[in-house]
This record gives sequence, structure tokens and C-alpha cells, in this order.
Amino acid sequence: MDILRFITAGSVDDGKSTLIGRLLYDSKSIFQDQLEAIERAGQVNGQINLALLTDGLKAEREQGITIDVAYKYFSTPKRKFIIADAPGHVQYTRNMVTGASNSDLAIILIDARKGVIEQTYRHSYIVSLLRLPYVVVCVNKMDLVDFSEEVFLNIQKQYLEFAKDLDLKSIHFLPISALNGDNVVEPSNSMPWWKGKSLLNFLEEIEIHTEEESPAPRFPVQNVIRPQTPEYHDYRGYAGQIRSGLFTVGDSITVLPSGLTSKIKAIDSYDGPLNTAYSPMSVTIRLEDEIDVSRGDMLVVTGKEPVVTQDLEAHICWMDQKVMAPGSKYLLRQTTNAVKVSVRSLEYRVETSTHEKTEQPNLGLNEIGKVTLRAAKPVAYDPYSKIRGTGSFILVDEGTNQTVAAGMLL
Amino acid sequence: MTSTHRLSHLDQLESEAIYILREVAAQFERPALLFSGGKDSICLVHLALKAFRPGKFPFPLVHIDTGHNFDEALRFRDNLAEKIGEKLIVRYVQDSIDQGKAVEEKGKFPSRNAIQAVTLLDTIAEFKFDACIGGARRDEEKARAKERIFSVRDEFGSWDPKLQRPELWNIYNGKIHIGENVRVFPISNWTELDVWEYIRKEKIDLPSLYFSHQREIVWREELVFPVSKFISLDNTDKVETRTVRFRTVGDMTCTAAVESEANSVDDIIREIQISRTTERGSRLDDKRSEAAMEDRKKGGYF
Repeated sequence: MDILRFITAGSVDDGKSTLIGRLLYDSKSIFQDQLEAIERAGQVNGQINLALLTDGLKAEREQGITIDVAYKYFSTPKRKFIIADAPGHVQYTRNMVTGASNSDLAIILIDARKGVIEQTYRHSYIVSLLRLPYVVVCVNKMDLVDFSEEVFLNIQKQYLEFAKDLDLKSIHFLPISALNGDNVVEPSNSMPWWKGKSLLNFLEEIEIHTEEESPAPRFPVQNVIRPQTPEYHDYRGYAGQIRSGLFTVGDSITVLPSGLTSKIKAIDSYDGPLNTAYSPMSVTIRLEDEIDVSRGDMLVVTGKEPVVTQDLEAHICWMDQKVMAPGSKYLLRQTTNAVKVSVRSLEYRVETSTHEKTEQPNLGLNEIGKVTLRAAKPVAYDPYSKIRGTGSFILVDEGTNQTVAAGMLL
Repeated sequence: MTSTHRLSHLDQLESEAIYILREVAAQFERPALLFSGGKDSICLVHLALKAFRPGKFPFPLVHIDTGHNFDEALRFRDNLAEKIGEKLIVRYVQDSIDQGKAVEEKGKFPSRNAIQAVTLLDTIAEFKFDACIGGARRDEEKARAKERIFSVRDEFGSWDPKLQRPELWNIYNGKIHIGENVRVFPISNWTELDVWEYIRKEKIDLPSLYFSHQREIVWREELVFPVSKFISLDNTDKVETRTVRFRTVGDMTCTAAVESEANSVDDIIREIQISRTTERGSRLDDKRSEAAMEDRKKGGYF
């Protein structure tokens, strides 16, 4: 069994929480005591309010909106699912980015009565920027448009027109009613014209391969394990999680950014030595030579080195009330590495609903733009489009300690 | 890389948890692992062995003992700490009560659950812990489903669900101001079933409480409660002996048993797969109000 992580996005009242509630309910993943709790809380239009399953905070239940990401879990005999139920409000875009950054697939909900709206553009743009491999556009509330195929096809056409400028590899469409359960887990009797799968079938069967076929081996060092006990007197292991590719004992290794070289002497795990290890395994690697390696360094297979430079170009989503202006300094955290950077320039800001790029003096909360950064030390990375695990970063404001931006290196 | 180079869901979850534990070791000066002797924290200890051996743990195990724990869980706790040779620190809620810092609840169902936070915050201050690793899972409860893996708490230990840091990819930001601390939940993405399947796969030992046994019980609000010196019985209570086990182990005052014949991990997994109630359905502390867990977390509970 494997894991599929997906996010649900869409505007407020498009029915995201209801859809998740329906997926859990119809796949029999809701427990009796949870059901009783939401039944006690009251009904909407004569039906239990499935949205209450995910809106876990008091303030969310009071206002009937989703403020922060809720993670929900369910599994079928084929797969374990982790759902990030993300908020739809513009002011909580950063929380939507949080949910999307850990997902393999996005479900974008569209209200059949409203069609493609600004939030659909915004969320699709973010999904494209974060390079989620799959998008499933669910046209919801089909019951409110008489289950009309024409309405569905029009929305599909409208979305594809907009999406042709985006970098979305695979887009699927589904007509559903989350409230009634049409095409969510069970096929719908009300839409005989629809010959496709239900949403759950689709999620169960989609092939997950999020990175390129033979990615370059990347191992950012997290900790150095040195027991210094009599038994392990000379033991010096580099602990970390393989971000991409595969490592084998005997591989020639280059340490970045220093450029020192050695060979893999052993790959250790608590369960014993391994001959090969691959992404996303957490292991401990030992090298043949005693060379300087510490947290933040990256071990790569010699001949398959990434980019190493102090000058970085990236797309960023700004997440703080305090605006980002050129000249500001931040702490950049990429893999296990932390390095000071200054913002050299803001090349442009993107209007997410029109893709228009405009010159601006700064970047504000929930805005997206392209920047150039200068790092205090060389940074080893791959473009985000090649390897998400080494091409992504966050910026931390060292005054407030807040995470102020999500970045994707070019 | 071929399709054979793909991890099962349990291996993926394990690798993620090891990565998180190692991030705690790297990003904090004085972390601690909150260890109660329950199945989730036992799994955390097992994951820490995988993350740091052949080295020592870069943190002590810390137990906030309410004084209402099951003897079996305490014995298990002490034996495990000794077996792996790691440091165990125990602090007592009774001491906080004796010092007048915490006030015991009154009534028929007194629980020390809420005042556990007082002792925890004092312990954090005593040792200047900047990170506390806990075995909480997001599937347990709806407020937990909202919480980040690195959850920043203010100087009062308080969680503000509206002001959580964005948490992007697997890049965790553990930077805090003096006085603040971070609660870290490496098994956030595990479900109850994942934990049990992991226990089976790794052959992890558990306290006998989790397996079917005979016990004196009383019925409380349709739940099966263990008879102990900590609960007050009156003439409306009828003591019976039943075959039970515990799905979750907290205080004897707030943890209900379930009637069960399951006495092996395989049996338990089969039982959970067909169960129609959540694990927390047997916790009286969560049934107190719609937002019981959220309120406790705002008060510094882990």
C-alpha cells in the first residue's frame, strides 16, 4: 500500500469541507462517535452538516469558514490518503500554500452555478507554481443546475482556456454533488451522460510518480552521529533523508558546497547495513575518508552535481504582514541548510488571476513574485522544476522568527 | 530507480518521523521527549532508536506523572528507559498540587488532565526545554487535525490556532524567542491503525493493558471504567468483572476500557479495522465539551 497526499482548493462555499466529509462518510471512514457529535450540532437543509467534520476550531464553527489547514486520513484497501483541507479565503492563501506544498494532487472545486471565478484562477496558479503533478477539477453542486452536461462542458472549456498558460501536466474533470454524494464514492444515477470514474476510484487508481524517472541522488546531511563509546570509537555517520535518487555502497561522492570527494563505505540503518538506499529513506551514510562534513552539506554522486552558487533566482509566495522590499535580509532554509540572504531585486509581481506581471516596489501578504537573492555562502540546489526536495526553500525573518516566504528556485 | 524502489506507507511514515526527530536534535538546544508509557510514545522511543543509534538520544525522556496512572504503564516506562539506557525524568502533578500551583477538581469525575499542563509548564521552565516531542496524532481529534508538526507555543505554553506558522514542504522552522517552546509531533500523519501495523511490523513490546484481560469495572456514561482507588463509587455504581482491554492509556480516571477478547496484535488490528468508534471515544476528557481539546491546548496542554 502507498500514500496519496492531496489538497482540496476552491472558493469559500464551493463545498470543500462537505466534499471531504462525503468522501469520509461514503467510504465508511467516519466513526460513530464523530457522527453523533456532528448530528448533535444540528442539520443543514435536513441533512447532517458534513463540513463540521473538518472545521475543527471553535472560530471556524462559529463563522462557518475554514481558517487553517486540517489534515484528514482515510484508507481503502488500495491506498492510504492524507487530505489537506485548505481554506478558500484570500486572506488565508498562505495556509493554502502550506497544504499544497506537501501534496501530490490538487482537487479544485468549482461551483457549477458560478463557473470559473477569481479564486479558481488563484488556486490553479499556486498549484501550477508548486508543480503538483495532478489536478482534478470537480464541478460541484451539479444538483443545483439540473445535472446539466452542457453546464459541465462549458466550465471545462472555460477552465482549459485559462489553464493553457499554466504549467499543469495533467488535468481531469468530474461532475459531482458533494452534498448528495453523486460521483464522489459511488457513481451518480442522475448523470447518465457521465461515463468516467467516481472521484474515489480516480484517486485510488492514479499512478503517483512525482519526480522525474531517474533523478540525481541527493542527500542533505541532518546530523553527524558520533557515539564516542569504546564500541564505536571511530564511528562517524552522516544522518539524513535521501531527497531524491539512489545511493549504493562504493558510489563516488562529492560533498557540496566544499567540493571534497570520497566514497560511500557503508549505509547504516537501525535494522542493519544496507547496500542501497533510495528516496525518501532516512539512513546514516559513512564515507571512506575523514573529510569535513556537517549539517547543511549535501552528499551527491560525483558527476551528477547540482548547481552551486551564491546568486539565486526564485519565485516566492510572500506570507507576512510586513512587506518584502529589495535590500532586506532574511535567513534562507533549504534542505537542512541555513544561510543569510539579501533580496537584490524584485523582478515582478504576478497578478494570479490574469498572469499579468507588473513592476512593483515590494511584495505584500499573499502576493507572488520573482526575486533575485544573494546568499552569504554558496548554496547547492536543483531547479524546483527538476527536484522539489532541493529546489524549495523558506525565508525566516530573524527579528520575528516568522516564516515569511515560500520559495521555488529557478 | 524502478517501481521496486518504492516505500510502503509504513516505511514512508517511519522515514518522515525519523527525519523530524533528527531535525529536533539539530535545531534545538534542550529538547525533551514526552514519554508516558502509552503505545504512541513507545513508538516514538522506537523511532528515536532508529534516528540516533549507535549514538545516545540527544534528549531525555520526560514523564509528567499525574499520580493516576496505571501501574502497568509506569512499570513498563521504567523498564524501557533502563533497557535502552536513556535518561528518564519524572515530575509529579501531586507536587504542583502540594505547592498550591494546581487545584484538584471536585465532583464525581475528578480528572487531573487539565492540571497536568501546570506541571508540564513548570518542568519546561525547570529544565529550560525549548522543544517537547509528543506522540499526538492528527487523526485523534479535530483540533489536533489543525496543528502543525512544529507547533510554536508562547511563554505561557499557549497554542494560537489562528496564528500558526506556515509549514512548507518538509522544511521546519524551529526558531523561537527565549521563553517560547515548540511542541513537535513526529507521528502527526499516522492513524491508530498505522501505529498498530507498525507495532506488528517492528515487534514492539507494549504494556499488558492493551491486551484483553479480566478487570473490575463500572459503567459510566455508557463507557466501561476500571475500578481503582482514584474513582469514587456510590450505591448507584455496580461493580462487575469483564473481559476488557484499553485502546488508549491515560489516567485511570478518564480512560475507559473496551470489552474485547483481542489478546494479540493481529487480533487488535482486526478489531480496529471493523471498529465504528474512534480511539478518543473512550476518553471522558474529550467529551466534556465540543472544544475540549482545543481549550486544553490553548492552556498549555500538549
